[in-house]
Amino acid sequence: MSTELDSRSFLRWCWRQLTSMRIALILLLLLAIAAIPGSLFPQRSQNPVQVRQYFIDNPQVAIWLDRFSMFDVFSSPWFSAIYLLLFISLIGCVLPRSIEHLKAIGAKPPLTPKYLDRMESYTEFKKVDLDIVERYLRKKHFRIRRDENSISAEKGYARESGNLLFHLSLVLILVAVGIGSLLGSRGDAIVNIGDRFINTPTSYDILGFGKYQSEDSLPPFSITIKDFKAKYDPVSNAALDYELTVSTANPVGSTETTRVIKVNQPLTYGSTKIYLQANGYAPIVVVKDKTGKVVFDGPTTFLPQDANLSSIGAIKVPDMQPQIGFVASFLPTADRDPIRGGFSSYPEVLDPRLLLAVWKGDLGLNRGIPQSVYRIDTSKMERIGLKALVLNESYDFGEGSITFTGWTSWVNLQIVNDPGKGFALIGAILAILGLLISLFTRQRRIWVKQGRKTQIAGLAKNGIPGLEDEIKELVKEMSNER
Amino acid sequence: MSDNSAAVLSNNLIYSAILFYALAFLSHAIEVAWSVKTPAKSVKKTKLDFSRTERVGRLATAFMVIGFLLLLPGVIFRGVSANRVPWGNMYEFSITGALAFSGAYLFALKKYKLRWLGLPAALSILLTLGTAVTLLYRPSAPLMPALKSPWLVIHVSAAIISGGVFLLANCIAGAYLFLDRYEQKGVRPVWAEKLPTLEALDNLSYRLVALVFPLWTFSVIAGAIWAEAAWGRYWGWDPKETWAFITWVAYAAYLHARVTVGWRGRKAAWLCLLAGSTFLFNYIYINVWGTGRHTYSGL
Repeated sequence: MSTELDSRSFLRWCWRQLTSMRIALILLLLLAIAAIPGSLFPQRSQNPVQVRQYFIDNPQVAIWLDRFSMFDVFSSPWFSAIYLLLFISLIGCVLPRSIEHLKAIGAKPPLTPKYLDRMESYTEFKKVDLDIVERYLRKKHFRIRRDENSISAEKGYARESGNLLFHLSLVLILVAVGIGSLLGSRGDAIVNIGDRFINTPTSYDILGFGKYQSEDSLPPFSITIKDFKAKYDPVSNAALDYELTVSTANPVGSTETTRVIKVNQPLTYGSTKIYLQANGYAPIVVVKDKTGKVVFDGPTTFLPQDANLSSIGAIKVPDMQPQIGFVASFLPTADRDPIRGGFSSYPEVLDPRLLLAVWKGDLGLNRGIPQSVYRIDTSKMERIGLKALVLNESYDFGEGSITFTGWTSWVNLQIVNDPGKGFALIGAILAILGLLISLFTRQRRIWVKQGRKTQIAGLAKNGIPGLEDEIKELVKEMSNER
Repeated sequence: MSDNSAAVLSNNLIYSAILFYALAFLSHAIEVAWSVKTPAKSVKKTKLDFSRTERVGRLATAFMVIGFLLLLPGVIFRGVSANRVPWGNMYEFSITGALAFSGAYLFALKKYKLRWLGLPAALSILLTLGTAVTLLYRPSAPLMPALKSPWLVIHVSAAIISGGVFLLANCIAGAYLFLDRYEQKGVRPVWAEKLPTLEALDNLSYRLVALVFPLWTFSVIAGAIWAEAAWGRYWGWDPKETWAFITWVAYAAYLHARVTVGWRGRKAAWLCLLAGSTFLFNYIYINVWGTGRHTYSGL
């Protein structure tokens, strides 16, 4: 019996500690500190490539950092522990206060204290009729408790209302983030100009679902890429504008409508949005074998490497004997200098060049290990040629020939479904509203007591100034009344 | 007017403004130095007598006004030259920030008798403009596509104003700690006689933070709304976002410590400085050395 009591009182003690302001303050500061490594180390959620590079550069350190979730700080157990404790502490503090506050709104202000002359901003005054004081205070929207010969008035309950609204809105934002990550989906698809994208899991290059989101929940729209225009500044080469024209249907097969997608202007289907996130070039080549039979004809997506869109990629031709692979660079506007060799000097295609290294041997496609489409594992291959091709030029590499026939642009569509973000926005707006109300409302009490003289005193919460002036004004008003 | 000539005009105006801020700085220095009155017999009775230097003090303010009047069109023409609001890169944040800061100083000068702040104010404007034209300068250029949004005006102006006020609160908290050390030992140094009481400094820095905290919250939220439209997510723990969050949490801690726990004076001032330095770190370190999506156009 006594141990049960002990453990219960221990739990109660823990709860009191957790909901105390001191612990909340420590948790807040801990949260700020815990977020720091997330900005110092590359994070898997944003930049998996950099994380991989970190592992290559400092393997020993990286393993240890990884054990402490330094590459996934914001989903790590310790970060989650801090913010969950903080929110439990917040709820534990705010809920009882909300109940108390609701009661206080219905109740009258507390009794007038016995000795007013000990209070702040105490003033004495010649006898005034309390009814006049009451009328004045009511006009000023004070809540009033009128006793026989005293008035207790309070104003500024909105301060606490705003305060509670702010903290409860933070809970709403946290819930919204949770909804988004459990019930959302996010994926990327690279689509060439002229091609059609149909929103099914197989059309994506990368696709992630929330824990409670099933794969067949994608809205069944289709997007056909009609045109993509990129404008660049001729002096600085910087991108000025991207404009993607698509025709789209929801569901697939219904009438298509033409829409424009820009960087700040996604296409919206319910809670799903389609963003234009990146673009690049896909050179088109025709590869023939020794007999002159076409074994490859089409565009290959290349990855841009710099602001002038010099791009790298790999053209794999597994249908030849032996297998052939081209490790290639595409330069939209080719230029040369003695140090860098060939490079691109402008992001638009003005003078394109396709630089090739031809490899012969085993591409390793049948080994069952997933491979990057932008790279070739040349460990079991032999290099048989090097060539720079201008448009419509052919190169005979002995086992066959390759012709650089053209290029097309591709765009990276990011398709995001976040059903929580509406709630997050509402939470954010309410939070600001609550914050403004609570920071700019003054809560204060004024007491007036009738004795031989009329006594006036007041008390402002948190010592916020302005009360003295208010009392002075009240006194002035009363002297005018007489 | 062609874009290029607007950019050149802007540069000339900003250089002229720097000249006048330098003159204001010199005049304020003279004002303080010449007002020291030491009786021949006792150094301890040194007093500041600003009536002796009233004229040069006024002159300093006049130079500040001229500097402001030159800087204002300088910033405007920078915007005109690129056909957008003048805050697309760090050079432009700096000149706009300096303009806002000197505007705020001149605005509050009369009401709060702020001339005691003139010397450090002129110095910080000079330093800001100086680094801007020497280290941060970039030719005027149009915006990259991701920045083409009305949110640029809303998000960045809110961030600049909050940053300016946070830094002002930081200066005052710093002044508090500095003077507090003197008062612990006995009396204030002579030159600090004109400064407000410790309690007033303490309250002032708190009030500035409380005033601007909602604006900072708004700036972060506006950024999130913009990120949702431009980058496909409203929050992604980009380094800039992470540090904006850290700043927000640190100031939230400061406000709780002050309002709910009742921290005053030294402890509160240190916490204020800590929170402010997270903002500075975000502005300087993340912009210059950081990675992530907030790095634009060189700087």
